[in-house]
Amino acid sequence: MPVFWIVLIVLALAAAGYVLGQSRALTQVDGDARKLHSRPGYYGWNVAFSTALPALVLMVIWLFLQPAIIGNSVSSTISDDAIPEGQTRGIVLSEAAQIADKLSSAVSQGVLSRPEMMALRVDDADGMGRLKDAGLAVLTRPPVLGAAQQYLGMQRMGSIWLGILSLALAGTGFAWALMRTKPDFRARNVVERVMRGMLIACSSIAIATTLGIVLSLVFESIHFFRLYQWQHFFFGTEWTPSFGGGSKLGMLPLLWGTLYISVIALLFAVPIGLFAAIYMSEYASPRVRSVVKPAIEILAGIPTIVYGLFALVTVGPMIRDWIASPLGLGNSGSSVMTAGLVMGVMLVPFVSSLSDDIINAVPQSLRDGSLGLGSTRSETIRQVVLPAALPGIVGAVLLAASRAIGETMIVVLGAGAMAQISGNPFEAMTTITVKIVGQLTGDNDFASPETLVAFALGLTLFVLTLGLNIFALYIVRKYREQYE
Amino acid sequence: MTDATDPGTIPAQPARHTSGSLLTASARTKRRNAAEARFKAYGIAAIAIAVLALCFLMSSIVRDGAGAFRQTYASIPVTVSAEVVDPKGNRDPAEMAKVISLSYGKLLDDSLKAWIAAENIRIEGLSDADTKSFFSGEAPARLRNMVLADPELVGQTVEMTALTSSRIDGMFKGRVTEETAALDSKTSVAQFRLAQAMKENGALVTKFNGDFITKPDASDNRAEAAGIGVAILGSFYMMLIVLILALPIGVAASIYLEEFAPKNRLTDVIEVNIANLAAVPSIVFGILGLAAFINFVGLPRSTPVVGGLVLTLMTLPTIIISTRAALKSVPPSIRDAALGVGASRMQTVFHHVLPLAMPGILTGTIIGLAQALGETAPLLLIGMVAFVTTFPAAPPEGFFDPASALPVQVYNWTQRADPAFSERASGAIIVLLIFLLCMNLLAIFLRRRFERRW
Repeated sequence: MPVFWIVLIVLALAAAGYVLGQSRALTQVDGDARKLHSRPGYYGWNVAFSTALPALVLMVIWLFLQPAIIGNSVSSTISDDAIPEGQTRGIVLSEAAQIADKLSSAVSQGVLSRPEMMALRVDDADGMGRLKDAGLAVLTRPPVLGAAQQYLGMQRMGSIWLGILSLALAGTGFAWALMRTKPDFRARNVVERVMRGMLIACSSIAIATTLGIVLSLVFESIHFFRLYQWQHFFFGTEWTPSFGGGSKLGMLPLLWGTLYISVIALLFAVPIGLFAAIYMSEYASPRVRSVVKPAIEILAGIPTIVYGLFALVTVGPMIRDWIASPLGLGNSGSSVMTAGLVMGVMLVPFVSSLSDDIINAVPQSLRDGSLGLGSTRSETIRQVVLPAALPGIVGAVLLAASRAIGETMIVVLGAGAMAQISGNPFEAMTTITVKIVGQLTGDNDFASPETLVAFALGLTLFVLTLGLNIFALYIVRKYREQYE
Repeated sequence: MTDATDPGTIPAQPARHTSGSLLTASARTKRRNAAEARFKAYGIAAIAIAVLALCFLMSSIVRDGAGAFRQTYASIPVTVSAEVVDPKGNRDPAEMAKVISLSYGKLLDDSLKAWIAAENIRIEGLSDADTKSFFSGEAPARLRNMVLADPELVGQTVEMTALTSSRIDGMFKGRVTEETAALDSKTSVAQFRLAQAMKENGALVTKFNGDFITKPDASDNRAEAAGIGVAILGSFYMMLIVLILALPIGVAASIYLEEFAPKNRLTDVIEVNIANLAAVPSIVFGILGLAAFINFVGLPRSTPVVGGLVLTLMTLPTIIISTRAALKSVPPSIRDAALGVGASRMQTVFHHVLPLAMPGILTGTIIGLAQALGETAPLLLIGMVAFVTTFPAAPPEGFFDPASALPVQVYNWTQRADPAFSERASGAIIVLLIFLLCMNLLAIFLRRRFERRW
């Protein structure tokens, strides 16, 4: 890993810069730090930052862009007639990348020297034989081998240039900053400005992430809608993907399954979560509260894969054997009911802790007024506290709904994979998230609508949950302002 | 005013309570009290359901998964016949390495038959297939490694503790009974009786299964040899990456937003963004990882580095939110005092506010890490489901080697046919939950020990 070594060298240079900068500043004033504008450490930091930052930024940008640039230029050297019938350019390129991997591990194991590897030909019996003996047999055609060699060559050139440029940059920064180190140089202001810049850069990562999500979803979705009509996607009632072609990719059965499961989950979680929150905030003694509240919050800390396994191994068979089969409603271990109930359990702490906060935010004076007029506690809660807390509780329920819609592992393991629109909650149905997982795991061909549809589904999911969240946060915020 | 002092002008109120006594409750009061009691009971019932669900979940996982930590081994004398393992007879390790595991399987098979004959055990209908499928497919490979490591063993009879097949193992965990064995194509009643006889004889022992924690995953028909070693290491690598990236970036972002950011458009946009990112479904982060890190940047699939980056982006909002709360709880008087003696704002924050907020920040980070450790869905999309049996190398190169992750390993095993994998999935969950418990206890400890109330 040469990049790792470059990073280490740059960091070592920066550390040396810190020591040198500090001592240079001190020697210029004969060790009397009072004559310096800033404390000596700032002169050191100034040199260290000027050395390391530009070089590290260059490296990050370079490493992000290098694969795309190399891929493009290798791709442009493969002529169209080198691509066999029924294959795409992407497949040939990934084949070349695999061969490049093998060749580079052959070089690192010492099977072939680098010049031998670069001069290797398909009909070179000796070289191919040595590769085969090392367990790295390469079976390929000349244009692909050529592409692989070009790929490796460019990669090597790239890392050599990266090393030269970043070390040169680090050295320049180092020298420049040392030259600037004078007693009246305002080192603290410079260092603090740089640090402020770094803080701003870190907080913009949140924006970059959102941007990345939106861009990757939108671009691949546009790709998908070029291959598949959007009307058929949004309003199709049939989901039968087949990689051979002629697949029907209607979203409605998935949306139906998603909403059905979410509704069952909310029907379970909202009453239980709400009553638990009411009891804990209005009735429970501090001792009971200190035991029960953490117990319920444990449910929130359990990973969803655990709930998924619980649904698959325990709840699913139980519902099938005790309810669905005796009533003749179906004999599937995975069902909407299974996934819905288990997801409900997962959402209970979410609803209860949000409602708890909201109920506690209702001013005590409202309760006192109602109790003073002679109403019982439950009457106070039902007629005074809950109406006052209602907008917040609606917000909490919406947040829970957005959680339910985006939940993946419980439905992957508990709901099944049958895309259908049916009213029977004991039948297996599927959701948007299940199909995203289904279409994107395993080997993907990013040119076929069957793979790309996952991005369109992801976009739908993102828009749906984002809409619910923004609406819920708006309601919760608006309500909070009333009593603050 | 005067009305109150003049009782004569007040019209007589119609008597509402006919009984009029304060000592006996009227029907209406009873109804209201009953409603009160009912309402309270609903609350208790709701809490009871939630707590029961928790207990049921935990007990079913522990019940299903406890078996994964115990495994059945057969200890019988195995004759390492020289003709089989060293056909040329020159003890040349290179020649011996050419003998494949299958031949060693025959050794085990012959030794078992010899042992049965020597111990005078008679089982009706015991066929060759029964003794052949008695041991795990992994047992011959381990015997082979043993012999290759120590060629002295050739020609000798060694006492070996060999891994039995998952069906034999299941017989001592209640998964396989005589009735199910009769219907199962992978075992038989005769094999079941042989196992019982060997158990009575003491040749079969079910003991603690350390291999489950240290060994890598195994193929579909070797459930008994599958372990979570690679998954634990992969998860550990990813947590390392998340810690290295998310903690500094999250703290830096929170410091800027809490201490420096002017109230302007950009700050608002960042704040809204962070709030929304915290609520984006985790699978969307997986799509981001696939599109950005794998397809665009070209990082290798199913590696800890991609998983770590995706989980970092997911954990950042959690860490930022808790760090901001910790910074907010440091009283302004500290800042005022520092600024008053001439510190710059940067010095105030880094020398005074940040150290005081550190316990809160660490608590939030640990809770964020615990969340990331249990996350599955995004990892499925970046190829962590791949079947990996080789341990990744030491970091930093190891970050770019294929690896698995604990929750993904669980998902992987639920997709396989052999019921023994289901037991292992629950066992892996127990390990995962123990890790989470430790992390949360550490967070609680930090909070109790170092948190200051101002």
